[in-house]
Amino acid sequence: MILSLKKDLIKINREQDVVLLRNRTKEFAVKIKMGLVNQTKLITAASELVRNMLRYGGGGEVSVEAVTKGRDNGIRMIFKDSGPGIADVNKAMMDGYSTGKSLGLGLPGTKRLVNEFDLKSELGKGTTVTIIKWANG
Amino acid sequence: MNATARIVKDKKSEIFELWMKNQLNDDGLREDLMNNEDLRIQSEELLDSLAIALNTTDITDYDSPGFDTVNEILAGISGSRAMHGYSPRETGLYVLSLKRALLDILQIELAGQTDLLYQETLKVNNLVDSFSITTFETFIKGREEVILRQTDEIAEISTPVIRVWDGILALPIIGTLDSSRTQVVMENLLQEIVATGSSIAILDISGVPAVDSLVAQHLIKAVSATRLMGAECIISGIRPEIAQTIVHLGIDLSNIVTKATLASALKFAFNTMRLEVRRKTVNA
Repeated sequence: MILSLKKDLIKINREQDVVLLRNRTKEFAVKIKMGLVNQTKLITAASELVRNMLRYGGGGEVSVEAVTKGRDNGIRMIFKDSGPGIADVNKAMMDGYSTGKSLGLGLPGTKRLVNEFDLKSELGKGTTVTIIKWANG
Repeated sequence: MNATARIVKDKKSEIFELWMKNQLNDDGLREDLMNNEDLRIQSEELLDSLAIALNTTDITDYDSPGFDTVNEILAGISGSRAMHGYSPRETGLYVLSLKRALLDILQIELAGQTDLLYQETLKVNNLVDSFSITTFETFIKGREEVILRQTDEIAEISTPVIRVWDGILALPIIGTLDSSRTQVVMENLLQEIVATGSSIAILDISGVPAVDSLVAQHLIKAVSATRLMGAECIISGIRPEIAQTIVHLGIDLSNIVTKATLASALKFAFNTMRLEVRRKTVNA
């Protein structure tokens, strides 16, 4: 059972919004006393996903939440865009696969950086990625 | 000419005095930013142009070109107020206190004619509301200009190339590395390599808050370009948490010389150039 403590919605439309999201994520992470390494991992994961969102999804909305499960505190982030969607999710999760000209590490790398990772994509409708990073995870 | 226009024309000095009184009595008056004399001149100019505009234009038609001069003066005032650091509240009160003055005079002049008073009050309300919208638009635009100027200034100072030694360049990168900044960094770096004939460049990322795959890709590109110019590139300032993140992300930086601190990068550079730094032995 995951309980939400505090929630914030951030609209992502421009490249500058990445910085705003990163700062907001850091604020949330500091508040639940997340360690520096996990903070950096979470911020990097958020930054990867939000860049994907800008590049392929044409912007969208991110919710940042402080959540709690039993004795664990963590941050849940939901990245939602209404872009073209991902044609082959399995392929997209493979290291080194990219439809753009990037390194192809964004999605698989993000999965390794966080504790829980969930990707739902529908062609023509958009993509929703949910990640959770526990403070001591 | 309708009743309001006539009253504004005939009772201009009364309206002006009342308006000034409203402004001067307000707690938010910023005497530190503008003296009373300037405020009087500014306000009088605005009221004059309003009287002229009302003379020729229908009061309900506040989008008409007849009010252009009033809007222009207002825009000038609120724009300069934004630059001088007035708060939105102070700027808003400036226009809204004119409404109070106008309505007070209307009430006196049209005493007893309730219907007419109501209609004219409504018109004055709408007119001043449209003025306050103009005021706010230009006020925010003024603030945005301040922000834009600062952004330009930050962009300009953000990428210095430092010659730390003969043949060694250092480039401290502070803040986020996005595509446009990488372009500036790369250009500065490559140009400086040619200009100084340096053989080693140190990219210090101590000031970069997060290294994701895009930033890493930009760094790899910068290193490759430096190598094409015949120079070696070292990346320094990799903090422990960033190192762990890079490993988890799966970014391969093994082809690049990386160091934890600028000092160790410099040491490596000295080694490569067969230079030695030694403590002087003092002869007693």
